[in-house]
Amino acid sequence: MKPSKEQQLWMYEQMLVSRYFEESIEKIYMEGKSPAFNMANGPIPGEMHLSNGQEPCAVGVCAHLEPSDIVTSTHRPHHVAIAKGVDLDRMAAEIFGKKTGLSGGRGGHMHIFDPKVNFSCSGIIAQGMGPAVGAALSRQMQRKAGIAVAFLGEGAANQGAFHESLNLAAVWKLPVVFVIEDNAWGISVAKSASTAIERNDQRAAAYGMPGHFVPGNDPLAIYEVAGEAIQRARRGEGPTLIEIETYRLAGHFMGDAEGYRPQGEKDALFARDPIPKLREHLKASEGWSDAEDAALVERSRARVDAAIAFARDSAYPDPEEALDKVFV
Amino acid sequence: MSTTIPAGMREMTYREAAREGLHEALTRDERVFLMGEDVGRYGGSYAVSLGFLEEFGPERIRDTPLSESAFVGAGIGAAIGGMRPIVEVMTVNFSLLAADQIINTAATYLHMSGGQINVPLVIRMATGGGLQLAAQHSHSLENLYAHVPGLKVLTPATVEDVRGMLATALADPDPVLIFEHILLYNRKGLLAADAGAVDIHRARIRRAGTQVSLITYGGSLWKCLEAAELLEQQGIDAEVLDLRTLRPLDDEAIMATVTRTRRVVIVDEGWRSGGISAEITARIHEQAFYELDVPVQRVCAAEVPIPYAKQLEDAALPQVADIVAAAGRLVKGND
Repeated sequence: MKPSKEQQLWMYEQMLVSRYFEESIEKIYMEGKSPAFNMANGPIPGEMHLSNGQEPCAVGVCAHLEPSDIVTSTHRPHHVAIAKGVDLDRMAAEIFGKKTGLSGGRGGHMHIFDPKVNFSCSGIIAQGMGPAVGAALSRQMQRKAGIAVAFLGEGAANQGAFHESLNLAAVWKLPVVFVIEDNAWGISVAKSASTAIERNDQRAAAYGMPGHFVPGNDPLAIYEVAGEAIQRARRGEGPTLIEIETYRLAGHFMGDAEGYRPQGEKDALFARDPIPKLREHLKASEGWSDAEDAALVERSRARVDAAIAFARDSAYPDPEEALDKVFV
Repeated sequence: MSTTIPAGMREMTYREAAREGLHEALTRDERVFLMGEDVGRYGGSYAVSLGFLEEFGPERIRDTPLSESAFVGAGIGAAIGGMRPIVEVMTVNFSLLAADQIINTAATYLHMSGGQINVPLVIRMATGGGLQLAAQHSHSLENLYAHVPGLKVLTPATVEDVRGMLATALADPDPVLIFEHILLYNRKGLLAADAGAVDIHRARIRRAGTQVSLITYGGSLWKCLEAAELLEQQGIDAEVLDLRTLRPLDDEAIMATVTRTRRVVIVDEGWRSGGISAEITARIHEQAFYELDVPVQRVCAAEVPIPYAKQLEDAALPQVADIVAAAGRLVKGND
């Protein structure tokens, strides 16, 4: 299935918002962190895993999802959260550690929860997979519409939880799709050094489910493959594993010097940046004009700026709030 | 135990009581389902769910692959998704394969999501030694989970509690872990005909006494009651406090018994170092130090992996004679 022009524009807009969001976070993150780099300083503390370059994975998949569908994501969650429709103001505020954040400042950027759109993520590799399988099980048992999508990185495919979750989902024929964002690097370790096979979609065969590989970080190709897998899940035919070749245009996290990258790799990746590529495609094939593009860019920036302003202007939590919400 | 059964009471084993509690939960609430290793056709490794597969069907009585991480994780996802899963982990030793899901997911989600997502999950597991299964099947690791904020840790020792705590756990909006001691399954007890849900926040005095308090839980409760009988023959009047729940601990009941008897022996099948006995001792010192006549004593598992041969296993686990000796020393040493 090919995406309509409207769907393509939706994907493009989410990619723009996501990229501007990350670029804004990147700038603000560095405030207060020089001359000595200390993660705890500045308006955005802690680790920061940016998703620049990985936007196609999020939009190509989430274009098929309803708010009632469940998504679990990773320690690098912003692009997926945005594509799933997570409240941007409150996500920004959470990243700033503010009272108005989705979790009131208790979670931070690796722990974004928005039950209104059934989004969660986890800072531990492959941890969201079991809960995604369980969410799919609850839908199946309740005879309710809705599927689960578990996003993970290629490094997660070497976790025991990955194999256990695929097997369980297949044995019980659950409505779940596993989406691997293969950005080629597990922090500093290349996929080739950590993974015994070249492509993780081949591992689907071991669990009797379809496996698909999507090359080229292409949102339109991802849309097609994800659409098939999601429809299959909705029809009750069981799980699918998808591996997407994507690019991490940033370091593993802010402050990563990326000395492990081969010379010239980053330049080559930027040359294949999926956002300008999609823009060119829209202009060439969908009659997208420069003026329309400028307006959409403007609108996307404004939306991000508003979220950042909301976060900056919000109050910090009161210290006593650290102690609540341990039990209902 | 009396051979006559009082009116309105039934005699049954701990296993039967656990089974009745599960049966009632499955009958009462369609959202409840049981999953774990061998819970279906085999009827559970301790035969608690025998016959359930035939009665409730394979959708609600689910044999899982040997994948603790995935099926506990799936329990979390299903609980958030509106079901009320009861996950059976064969023993607490195996639960370490799912420790990430229990400690890093189930226990954290409510707080980390700012109260947006709660995890109404119940996990049952067997614990303890005494069946000569050696270290990897005999440990009492409930202490480890009692360390973690966000979890409730229940240790039913009686037929009433193993039956009634399940209902309370299922009604609880937070993750609850229930530890069933392996030596208790065949133990008989009396249950009121109208037995139902029980509270999970209060310790209970199982034997009132005035001279020394034996503070314990789970399988060790019965060793303490036996020790109390022997102590009585020596003219020592021991009180036995069953903690019932290790998190949250009932500080009030602990300090009350300390204040009554002024002498304390804590009996725990977990290890002494960093265990629940250490925690209780610290709390007594913080809250009731001046009520004590003598320092708190502990009878715990020896600091070894629990060994296999009976002579070795007995030597490593707390025994009635150890409890009697410790309590006797406290009382007589103070006369």
